[in-house]
Amino acid sequence: MSFYVVQFLSGLASAASLFLVASGLSIIFGVTRIVNFAHGAFYMVGAYLAYTLTEQLAGTFGFWAGIVLAALAVAAIGVVVEMVLLRRIYRSPELFQLLATFGLTLMVEDLVVLIWGPDDLLGRRAPGMRGAIDIFGQNLPTYDVFLIVLGPLVLGLLWLLFRRTRWGILVRAATQDRDTVAALGVNQKWLFTSVFALGVFLAALGGALQIPRDAVNHTMDLRIIVDVFVVVVIGGLGSITGAFVAAVLVSELNAFGILVFPKISIVLIFLVMAVVLVVRPWGLFGKPEAPARQMPGLTVRPWRPLSVNERLAFLVLLIAAAALPLFAGNYVLTIGAEIAIFAIFAASLHFMMAVGGLASFGHAAYFGLGSYGVAMLAKFAGLPMVACLLLGPLMGLIGAVVFGWFCVRLSGVYFAMLTLAFAQIVWSIAFQWVEVTGGDNGMLGIWPDAWVATPATFYWLSLTVAALAVGGLRWLTFSPFGYALRAMRDSPLRSESVGIDGKRVQWAAFVVAGTVAALAGAMFVYLKGSVFPDNAGIALSVDALVMVLLGGVETVSGALVGAIVYKALAIWLVSYTELSKLVLGAIIVVMVVAFPKGLVGMWEVLQARYWPGATASGKARRAEVAE
Amino acid sequence: MKLSVNALNSFYGPAHILFDVELDVAEGEVVALLGRNGAGKSTTFRSIVGLVAQRSGRIVFEGRDVTREPTHAIVRAGLGYVPEDRRIFTDLTVEENLEVGRQPPRAGAPQWTRDKLFTLFPNLGEMRSRLGGRMSGGEQQMLTIARTLMGNPSLVLLDEPSEGLSPKIVEQMAHAILTMKKEGVSILVSEQNLHFARLISDRVSIIERGRICYRGTMEELEARPDIRDAHLAV
Repeated sequence: MSFYVVQFLSGLASAASLFLVASGLSIIFGVTRIVNFAHGAFYMVGAYLAYTLTEQLAGTFGFWAGIVLAALAVAAIGVVVEMVLLRRIYRSPELFQLLATFGLTLMVEDLVVLIWGPDDLLGRRAPGMRGAIDIFGQNLPTYDVFLIVLGPLVLGLLWLLFRRTRWGILVRAATQDRDTVAALGVNQKWLFTSVFALGVFLAALGGALQIPRDAVNHTMDLRIIVDVFVVVVIGGLGSITGAFVAAVLVSELNAFGILVFPKISIVLIFLVMAVVLVVRPWGLFGKPEAPARQMPGLTVRPWRPLSVNERLAFLVLLIAAAALPLFAGNYVLTIGAEIAIFAIFAASLHFMMAVGGLASFGHAAYFGLGSYGVAMLAKFAGLPMVACLLLGPLMGLIGAVVFGWFCVRLSGVYFAMLTLAFAQIVWSIAFQWVEVTGGDNGMLGIWPDAWVATPATFYWLSLTVAALAVGGLRWLTFSPFGYALRAMRDSPLRSESVGIDGKRVQWAAFVVAGTVAALAGAMFVYLKGSVFPDNAGIALSVDALVMVLLGGVETVSGALVGAIVYKALAIWLVSYTELSKLVLGAIIVVMVVAFPKGLVGMWEVLQARYWPGATASGKARRAEVAE
Repeated sequence: MKLSVNALNSFYGPAHILFDVELDVAEGEVVALLGRNGAGKSTTFRSIVGLVAQRSGRIVFEGRDVTREPTHAIVRAGLGYVPEDRRIFTDLTVEENLEVGRQPPRAGAPQWTRDKLFTLFPNLGEMRSRLGGRMSGGEQQMLTIARTLMGNPSLVLLDEPSEGLSPKIVEQMAHAILTMKKEGVSILVSEQNLHFARLISDRVSIIERGRICYRGTMEELEARPDIRDAHLAV
């Protein structure tokens, strides 16, 4: 019995930091409508800075001063980030904001390794709190008691701040209606900056307070951000009370889940989240969101199928690509195959995002399912390659059928977060179910059949599959199904009123995209000869998003260009610089701020400006550019 | 002139909404902007306070060109705006709603306090800690005006204050507007309800399809039933 009490209390202590970070994210989202992916990075920097400061400052006072100073310093960094970066993207679509702040996270990850090194750092224990107290014969660290008290204390302080101060009232008003607050003479800019500073302060404080409990390392940002997403989604974005309740819930699920279901403890939390989202899509304490902001002007240019000439041009390009083995070596051909596979993957996400308006943050789930599908068929059933390639993606299809059913019930940020959660479920199953998937060691030795065993033949196979997949998705885009999907994207209400079963259409699109992604995952296994949990990881999901954005969301097939450019760039960066994440993150940030229309979108704008007669709709385009 | 609007053109995306709108309001005056639904009244007001991004023209308030200034700066200069759809903060209490609107006192403009506003709108005084979302339409209309007055404006843009209100509340509203005028607030009010406009205004402009098509004093308009029927009658 006493063991369970202590387990419960220790869960409460873990909830404190989680609550601090989650409430910060929630406050920022409430006012700025930005889901700050970089929140985990601020948490991490808070921990690193606190580590350094508490090492430097002596004594009890020095320790606590170090913690607070670290949080304040990070808040100051947050102010700079808000003024330099976020102010430029407040009006951008949610996805761009998520990506820009993710880019920031990547940069920070490399920077902390540069400054503090790659090894775990063990921080000082809190002075005067090194002992433990006795609860029915079990030990509970004194520091945990402090954290248990701190959580509700911060909740109370925040409540006072938001109820009893003018600043708090303004923030609550802005959370509901920013324009009206401005129309009453309040300068939103500084309100946003101060809100962001507070949110970042809370995140950094959460990180700083972890140093007596946990080692500081450069992967703690992604670990916390996934937990925090889960907390704010369960609690309701924008609700501080919700963040508190959900932080306690998640921490207790962690504390007890590991006792009851040690194998699927991670899955348990995401299952709870999925259930909450289906029952209350806006979270336990959240409010239903107003319909998502329309983005007028983003997709003004009418889409059309390629003309005969353009089709011929593509054919020529394809033949040119197929001629690559005539003059390139094995290394280049392997890279070529990888790029072709990623073109399939990016095209599948692009179909869902651009045509369906469904921005998934967890598309790697289906890539990963396809990979493991193939690997299991090859390893356990011993099927030949062609059979594996045809049957393996079915696992992605099944996953997309199940997950998609839940996801299409939501939209906007919540859709993005739920897709991310499902992807994390897939990842954690792959990671934890060691008997079947090999866990972190992966499944090895899955090689293609003899007829495609050389780099050149495998390259041709990849190119063929990619051409078929991209062509097929294009064909779908201009089929009646594609029209219905676009109608749902542009105006759900009107589509429903002309008899389109919107959720069903979106579900179908989700399944199509998932299956094609699984096909890419299946090919990828034979390229690498192995499969690892990373095939379903966040990093891969984000790679796909970046490819789509780089190509341009509003284009029909921009993902193709995005995949080629991004993958080539990433491979080149990894081989030429140690700081690939820093460079990649910077590229993402610059791209979102400077080229929100992507490469193909930019090309179209330039084309319209300088060669207005080049295409039939040139005139209309020029008018749009001028406007 | 307290406020003068010259050659105002506004656009929503590719749609041209306002065409060379001219308006002015003298010190202490109540000017009514009349027009049917969709004529461009609200767009005119939103353009004046900078809530419509795409616009051209010149807006001069108290001798200062505010055309290029952000919304909050225009409002802080003393130009208050009461939106048509009220935009009450439903999660905030009456007193908190007023707090959002509060600005420091301004030279040359009447000063309003919470107590003074509760005298002007007695209903509000009885529900100080009620949530905005739990008020009737008429109460919300009073609150949105009171909230703007908390900024101590010298001129107020009132967008359709009588819309959707019961006759009794409309009467209270007219009384409140006349009190504001007496205190020295200049007012530009948009209306579809000619009867209501007659109670409160000195001068009239009529807008139709984004163009000003008539201007004159209230008496002049009374003498021209043809104009009234052509541009205002339903």
